[in-house]
Amino acid sequence: MAAKTIISRPIYGTLSPQPGKHHLFLADADGALAIVDMAKTAPAGFFDGAEIVFIPGPDGKHVGALEALKPAQFHQAPSFASLLPRLKQTLTNAHMGLRLYLAGTEGLIGQAMQVALEAGIDHTSMQTEHRGSLARRMQCVHCKGITENVTTQPATCSHCGLLLLVRDHYSRRLAAFQGVCINAEDRSEIPPIEEAFP
Amino acid sequence: MGITFRKETFRDDFTFKNSPEHISRFPFPFHEDAYMYAVNIEPHVVGPKGSVLENLIDVDEHYVAEMQDRALVLAEDPLRCQSLPHMTLAGWDLLELLMEQQALGYPEHFTLTRDGDRWRWINRPLGIDDTFTFGDTSTLPYGPMEYITRQSQGDFCILDQRDGNLWMDAGMVTTQADWSLDFDIGMNFFEWHAPVPLAHEKGIFTRALKFLTNIQQGKPARRLNWTMTINPRLDTSPENYHKWGPDRTTVTPENVGDKVHLRVELQSFWRLPRSNGIVFPIRCYLIKMDELVTQPKWARRLHRVIRDLPEELATYKGLTRFRPTLVEWLSKLDDGSVTSPGFGPD
Repeated sequence: MAAKTIISRPIYGTLSPQPGKHHLFLADADGALAIVDMAKTAPAGFFDGAEIVFIPGPDGKHVGALEALKPAQFHQAPSFASLLPRLKQTLTNAHMGLRLYLAGTEGLIGQAMQVALEAGIDHTSMQTEHRGSLARRMQCVHCKGITENVTTQPATCSHCGLLLLVRDHYSRRLAAFQGVCINAEDRSEIPPIEEAFP
Repeated sequence: MGITFRKETFRDDFTFKNSPEHISRFPFPFHEDAYMYAVNIEPHVVGPKGSVLENLIDVDEHYVAEMQDRALVLAEDPLRCQSLPHMTLAGWDLLELLMEQQALGYPEHFTLTRDGDRWRWINRPLGIDDTFTFGDTSTLPYGPMEYITRQSQGDFCILDQRDGNLWMDAGMVTTQADWSLDFDIGMNFFEWHAPVPLAHEKGIFTRALKFLTNIQQGKPARRLNWTMTINPRLDTSPENYHKWGPDRTTVTPENVGDKVHLRVELQSFWRLPRSNGIVFPIRCYLIKMDELVTQPKWARRLHRVIRDLPEELATYKGLTRFRPTLVEWLSKLDDGSVTSPGFGPD
């Protein structure tokens, strides 16, 4: 789990089965293991009212483990963008009392939370668990472009090309960390680029 | 007789300056020879004639030029003005507050006439004479917050109060000291202050939030904050940091007096009557070192404050690169004599 630094930086917990009949899980890559671990403490029949939406990582692992939980619905998506229309509809049509569980990379948790917030679900009511890569989703404060899967510090904006300090300051609304030009005052200063969010 | 509005710029050729009368009314923020964070909030009541507190919403000789600069910023980047959908009523609250206060303090420049919901607003310095229906957004050329804050000096944040917290849900922010409304909008009080060093540990924000959520209608409060800016630039946004950041490398012993500016924010906090929100105007005052040191007490005191500022604060305020040059320059104006208590010049 990522270390706590400043107050706006999200803190993730450990998934635990919540009371209720309707459960929606969203996970990517190793986030599947958080669901599998949680299932060990879930009451019998818990997954009868559950939908699991899963984005496997590049190695395609964990699909079988999730299917074995026998959720009422299981959906595999190739990317977050591709599952967005479905997710929006699910949340729009959701009954009061739907429980949301988000597990995996910070980018997945953040983007899913962003959609859920827009649907009127309070962020404190969502279960989250961080698993896998520490890669960050970063918004360039200068050009406003989002760069996905940032692993270095500093990092180059994939839109405007400025070299950005990846701050811990985080916006739930944008589902992104803030990137600010690291050598704005003197562009000839090029700090070493290090792998910071593996 | 009214105010004589200066023709000046806050960019490119930087012709901004303060007239002699404006130098002595500058809200110097240090009441002693050292600075550390404190919950320095006090009631926002009318102060001495001729001070920036003569009226609760201050309009000064920079009004017209500041409004022109704001229009330039918004044309470049409309995201500097945002309001989440539930904040429109608070925008009307703010429109009422600013029209009332400006008309009250400066009747020769602003006039508000009300006939039920039909309002007529005359803003002579900007050549505006509009009649509209209060509460009906379709009768104004912009949303109510944007309309009135294009005609009011200072940045404005409107905070929604719920769940025992304050949420940054609307704002007009074009003269900010390095924070982004676009990034922070929707955050609560602790989240948007997250990057500030030292103050969280001191419990500053917990106490400040408690104070602010208890502010009552008709009893506004205020505090001062400060930083330093190279060149009289209002738009020191993070959005444009790569454009203004290089200014910080241009300070030399020869140009300190003209280039280095003390930037003081008079922040006030007002409960809004219909929405129960809080509006948080952040009024920015700039003064160049050459102007500031015409008051010997301020010169001595500023020297001691900047020299002794904790490194973390100096870094956060962005002073690191030019602090030694500035301290050296100010030291020549500090004979070591005692400075009198309080903010004002001797």
